[in-house]
Amino acid sequence: MFRHRNDRGLKWLLSGVALICGSLVIGIVGFLLVEAWPVFSSGQIFAFFSDGAWQPGSDREPQFGITPMLLASLAVTLLATALAVPPGILAAIFQIYYSPKWLATFQDRAMELLAGVPSIIFGFWGLTVIVPIINQIRPPGQSLLAGGIVLGLMILPTVSLTTRAALQAIDRSLVYGGAALGLSRPRQIFSIALPAARSGILSGCMLAMTRAIGETMAVVMVCGNIAKIPHSIFDPVRPVTSTIALEMGYATEGHRSLLYAAGFVLVVLTGFLLLLRRREPVL
Amino acid sequence: MRHSFHLLISAFFVFLVMSCSDSSVESIVITGSTTVAPVVADAALRFEEANPGIRVEVQTGGSSRGISDAKSGLADLGMASRDLKPGEEDLTSHCIAIDGVGLIVNRQNDVKGLTREQVIQIYRKEITDWSELGGKAGGILVANKADGRGTLEVFLKYLGLDSADIKADVIVGGNQQAIKTVAGDPNAIGYVSIGAAASEISSGTPIRLLESDGVVAATDSVAKGQFPITRPLLLVSRSDTSEETGRFIEYIKSDAVKDIIESHLYVPASK
Repeated sequence: MFRHRNDRGLKWLLSGVALICGSLVIGIVGFLLVEAWPVFSSGQIFAFFSDGAWQPGSDREPQFGITPMLLASLAVTLLATALAVPPGILAAIFQIYYSPKWLATFQDRAMELLAGVPSIIFGFWGLTVIVPIINQIRPPGQSLLAGGIVLGLMILPTVSLTTRAALQAIDRSLVYGGAALGLSRPRQIFSIALPAARSGILSGCMLAMTRAIGETMAVVMVCGNIAKIPHSIFDPVRPVTSTIALEMGYATEGHRSLLYAAGFVLVVLTGFLLLLRRREPVL
Repeated sequence: MRHSFHLLISAFFVFLVMSCSDSSVESIVITGSTTVAPVVADAALRFEEANPGIRVEVQTGGSSRGISDAKSGLADLGMASRDLKPGEEDLTSHCIAIDGVGLIVNRQNDVKGLTREQVIQIYRKEITDWSELGGKAGGILVANKADGRGTLEVFLKYLGLDSADIKADVIVGGNQQAIKTVAGDPNAIGYVSIGAAASEISSGTPIRLLESDGVVAATDSVAKGQFPITRPLLLVSRSDTSEETGRFIEYIKSDAVKDIIESHLYVPASK
């Protein structure tokens, strides 16, 4: 087959860039493994799951259990997703099927702006606005609930924007066919458009979830950071990322490796979350 | 189009080479404690003005990083807001200032001060209500700092406790987060650098510094050596420091930067 010289050049350039992007992930995970190696080779990794508490700084009885933190990461992520997905999807439906054009444009800009707000700003806002409100209901206020609300707001734009893109990408004739058959607007949306866009919407939700589980600066401000298994949504929790952020700058050798190992476990957990997704073509 | 692109790339590289090869400038790299950094950064500006030809770069990353960077040679000087530990004694420490760590409560709390014994009981959850300490009834919300923080270590040393003894309700990161937590909950107690607390109080944040063992938490009680919870702010160096680095250490220990240290509400180290 004849190929133009420029085309071949572009092909090599693109594959090079794609290779670099792909190997970055391997590089980062490899770096985590190298830094965490002392924890694996000494068998301390088992303490991660057998110890009941996290007290790396204790001289008397150091303990390194991260199970409560893994549960906290999952709980905060699930709560945030549960809070963000319904309004995110409904907002996208409104935008496409009901909203006048000027309002739809405004909603787009608003969501993009929300997506661009730095997470530390969300954190401070949560700490000064949301936490005192929850504190009125039940102290201490810094809690699983506060983390879920703040994270939910942070991932709302991801859910809403990807849902909108997925709904726009479906074959319009499906909906027109429904209309021609005399189906009502809600039936067209919920029985035809949403199922057709399901794969794209799910991808968006997964993307939002992985962002939520990896988020650090906001949760560290509002979650209370007590490394215990929570009994209610009003209990403080400490996700894995918070532990790394709180302790990394101050940790010395052994403690440092533990934090890297905790980070590695979190990456593995995120990997499993992604595997749960059904293998469907993305958009 | 193509030409202008090449031009841009070449210009970039020329700029890169130029910025690296300026050999007449000696630079001093300082890393470490976020508590010490603002003071050192201000002092560095003044030092650079007085010594053209020397550039001082100040980066933050916590006391432990400062000490390990100074040890490994990644930095010329490390900053630390705690004493050197066993195993770190091959470094020389230079005390530039003293900081006090004060207990803070919400402004609505009317407890005036606490003794060391009472603080121990609060942080071990043996006292759980302010009414037991003469305040308005309300469950005490105990805020502690994360493991490894300089302030936590100073606080534990004062109480004579191990970090496993402490039963906290919330764990906070830096001073800012501790202050926001206490400002948002009338029953909370926490501890922060006195300097940080004092400047927040003067800007209207609803918190109050408690007396410790009957001593007012303020820079002058720290200066007089009366306040019980204090820590040194250090610069640490290897034995083979450059001449410029030595000059900077002399400079920051001299009276020339006394006003800078005081403006950050720390107490200049007595000679």
